[in-house]
Formats: sequence, structure tokens, C-alpha cells
Amino acid sequence: MEFLLSIWEWLNEYVQYTIFNVAKALVILLPLFIVVAYYTLAERKVIGYMQVRMGPNRVGPRGLFQPFADMFKLMFKEIIVPTNSSRYLFFIAPVITFAPAMAVWAVIPFDDGLVFSNINAGLLYILAMTSIGVYGVIIAGWASNSKYALLGAMRSAAQIVAYEIAMGFALVGVLMAGGSLNLGEIVSAQSGGVWNWFFVPLLPLFFVYLISGVAETNRAPFDVAEGESEIVAGFHVEYSGMAFAVFFLAEYANMILIAMLCSLLFFGGWLSPVPSLAGDSIGWLFGKTAVFMLLFLWFRATFPRYRYDQIMRLGWKVLLPVTIVWLAVEGLAVYFKIGPWFA
Amino acid sequence: MFAKINYYLKSFLFLELLKGMNVTGRYFFRKKFTIQYPEEKTPISPRFRGLHALRRYANGEERCIACKLCEAVCPALAITIESEQRPDGTRRTTRYDIDLFKCIYCGFCEEACPVDSIVETNIFEYHMENRGENIMTKQKLLEVGDRYEAQLAADRSADARYR
Repeated sequence: MEFLLSIWEWLNEYVQYTIFNVAKALVILLPLFIVVAYYTLAERKVIGYMQVRMGPNRVGPRGLFQPFADMFKLMFKEIIVPTNSSRYLFFIAPVITFAPAMAVWAVIPFDDGLVFSNINAGLLYILAMTSIGVYGVIIAGWASNSKYALLGAMRSAAQIVAYEIAMGFALVGVLMAGGSLNLGEIVSAQSGGVWNWFFVPLLPLFFVYLISGVAETNRAPFDVAEGESEIVAGFHVEYSGMAFAVFFLAEYANMILIAMLCSLLFFGGWLSPVPSLAGDSIGWLFGKTAVFMLLFLWFRATFPRYRYDQIMRLGWKVLLPVTIVWLAVEGLAVYFKIGPWFA
Repeated sequence: MFAKINYYLKSFLFLELLKGMNVTGRYFFRKKFTIQYPEEKTPISPRFRGLHALRRYANGEERCIACKLCEAVCPALAITIESEQRPDGTRRTTRYDIDLFKCIYCGFCEEACPVDSIVETNIFEYHMENRGENIMTKQKLLEVGDRYEAQLAADRSADARYR
């Protein structure tokens, strides 16, 4: 122990800094990977149950080792590179999707002060990072040299651009109410029980955010980007093995992120609903996130896929006007200092 | 006017979506239909048409008299029969092959047979590991018949009323 400590002392200050931060990142990302792995199992189980069948239950007790079986299978599979594809872009695309999906977690606070990097423009950083992920999808579709992949990429690009705007406006509402771009401060602005949480005054914005969050992650019922029945698998038809797994990982990490942001921005994050009965704790955040994660699966088991033009209509002609109207309402509420939220 | 208000109310309160989620939510707790196959199996009808067999009489004599009705009726031309006279003067098959890859398991051979010789058992879990094993020869068919005679007789008697 002392020997290790002496080595630590002997290391350069910058090396120490690097090691410390890598360790911190791993503490966040490794559990995230495990949650993603079990989220895939949960998805198959939940959808299976809703379709009155059992879902995977053969690998390990009640199918609990299924994610690992899937993982090993994907790792040992060959990565097939399509002929005449742009090789460099083909391999860089999954990385471009994956890296931002991981990088976003740097600014997510898990408890009061429990955050990898407490930057003031946290919300802006999240919007920026999630937008970069789209490039991965577009590049993947283009580099695959496949018509289906290209179609999927085009759909996904148009869809994400459309819903990013509604989503951005919904978040504008949150930062008007919270008075800060820092996620930690947004959560502490909601302290004082359920009625102080932002979903009460910002209910329409919350629904807009949830819907565009589902659309942003290309999940059912907005999964036209991969739409199995129409364009096989969309932008990732040509990907196999680990390259595909990376896309998959990014998609599920993004779903968890949206779920967590919903609970942080609108449902008071780690704050207890009734502070006089139970204290604030990280468990509240995880519980709320789990509910939203379940909601994603529930949506997928229930709703049929939107047609492409319906998605565009919903994004531009319904969600966007709703957010703008509610921002005006909220502006008045802020001006006249109404209620516990805008005081 | 009211219809329009009703429409907007419905879509903005997500009523229809919630109804849908209510349905899937209820089905989440339903009893599952899944049958865990190797451990559990569905009941099989006595009329089930699976792997073929040739039966014998109780005294051990093979039933088949090489009338070739099955060969004639077979829509997939899966049956090949050759026959000759035995020393005791009766006509018997020397070759009775069923190609399981050609067979469509229609059961016409069984219906055509005047002596209930060629039958289809309720065996549906069988496999081949080598090329050529898909041809059920006379010997193999008789072996299947010998092994499952009790089951075969029971199935036939259960269905006899309806024939």
C-alpha cells in the first residue's frame, strides 16, 4: 500500500490528473455499459411479456446471462466491409455516434455535487453532443454504399433536425424556469416537494420533450430510420459484429440519457417528492430514470410506426407551435412572478 | 364545432395513446402462451402425420402385399416399390423406399393402403446426419413399425370410429 502511494507521489502532476480522471470516467461508464446490457434484456423481456410470450429465458437463470451471450457473439462475428464503400468513413461512423453518447455523461449530476465536470453550460453541452451523434448516422448511411442505408440516413437526418428544434425549445422553457444552464442548479431550483418540480408548470413542454426524445433516439414509434419492414435496418444494414454493437450501445445509452434528463429537468432529479417524509438521494434519480426507461419499452410494444410525412407534420406543425405558445405563457408567468416556480 | 373541440381534446390529452398503453399494460400480466418446447409439449392428435412406418401382423408377418396403391396415390412421387413372389407363393416387396425429402406428409399412402401396412406415426422429432439417410428403406420402416406398434395400434383404434 505504501509502495503504491510512493509511486503515486512520484508521478507527474499531469499524469496523476489524467489517471484520476480516467478512473472517474470509468466509474461512470462501466455501470452505464452494464445498464445498457441489461436494458436490452429488459426490452426483450418487457416486449415479450406484453405480447404474451416469455422472452429470452434460456441463458442462465431466467435468461439473466443473455446480454453476455449476445455480447460475445457480436465480438466474435466478422465485420463485413461492403465493396465500394468508403472504408475510412465506414469505420469512423460508429465512433462518431458512440463517442458523443458517452461524452454527454460528463455533465450529468447524479446527486448534489456528484458530477464528473460541473460546467455552467451543461444543458448547452448536452444539446451540442447529442446533435453530433446524427453525423454518425448520416455518415454510416452514406459510407455503406447501400440504397437502404442511404434512405435510412436521409430519414434519420431530417427527423432529428426537425425534433431537435422542438426539443431545444422545450429545454429553453426549463432554463427559463431554472434560471441556469447548469444541471445541478436546475435540479436545486426544483427543491421543495412534488409541486415545485418543473413538470407542473411545464407540462406541455415535458410531453414535447419526451416525444422528441423518443424521436431523437430513433425509437419506436419514430423508428423510420431503421424501419425493419420498409428499409431492412436503415442506416446500419451493412454493419455487422462489433461495428454494429457500437451503434447499438450508443442508441441504448442515448435512451438512458433521455430518460435521465427527463427526470433531472422535469422531475427534480435526486430530490424526494415529499421532503418531510424521505430525504433526497441518488436512489430517487435512478428510480425516476427507470420509470422513463420502462416507458420507452412500453411505447415500442404499443405504438405502430409513424409514416414519414406524419412524423414531419407532428414535429413542425404540432410540437413546435405548442412549445412556442407555452414559452409565451411561461414568459408571462416569469414576468409576473407566479407561483413557487417563477418567484 | 364540438367534433373539432373533441378531436383536439382527444389528441392533446393522449387519450387514444393511453388506451393503447392500457391494453399492452394489461397483457403484460397475462398468463403467457409460450410452451417451453423440449420440457413441455403440446398434445398430439391420433391422426397426426409424422414419420412413416410399416406394420406387421401379430404373428410377425409383414402386412404389405406390394399392391403399389400407395406408390400410385403419392402426389410427391416419394415412394418406390419393387416386388416379387416369395417361395410360399405370396407377393411381397423386395424394396420399399420413401424419400423423406420428397414426402409432403399428406397421409394419402396410409388412406390408400388396404391392409393398414404403411402408416404415419406421431414422431415429429427426427433428423438426419448424413446424406442418403433421408431414404427410409423397407428395413428402417419395419423397425420403426416394430418399435412403435403399441402406439400405432392405439392411435388407429382411437380413430377407428371415424373411418
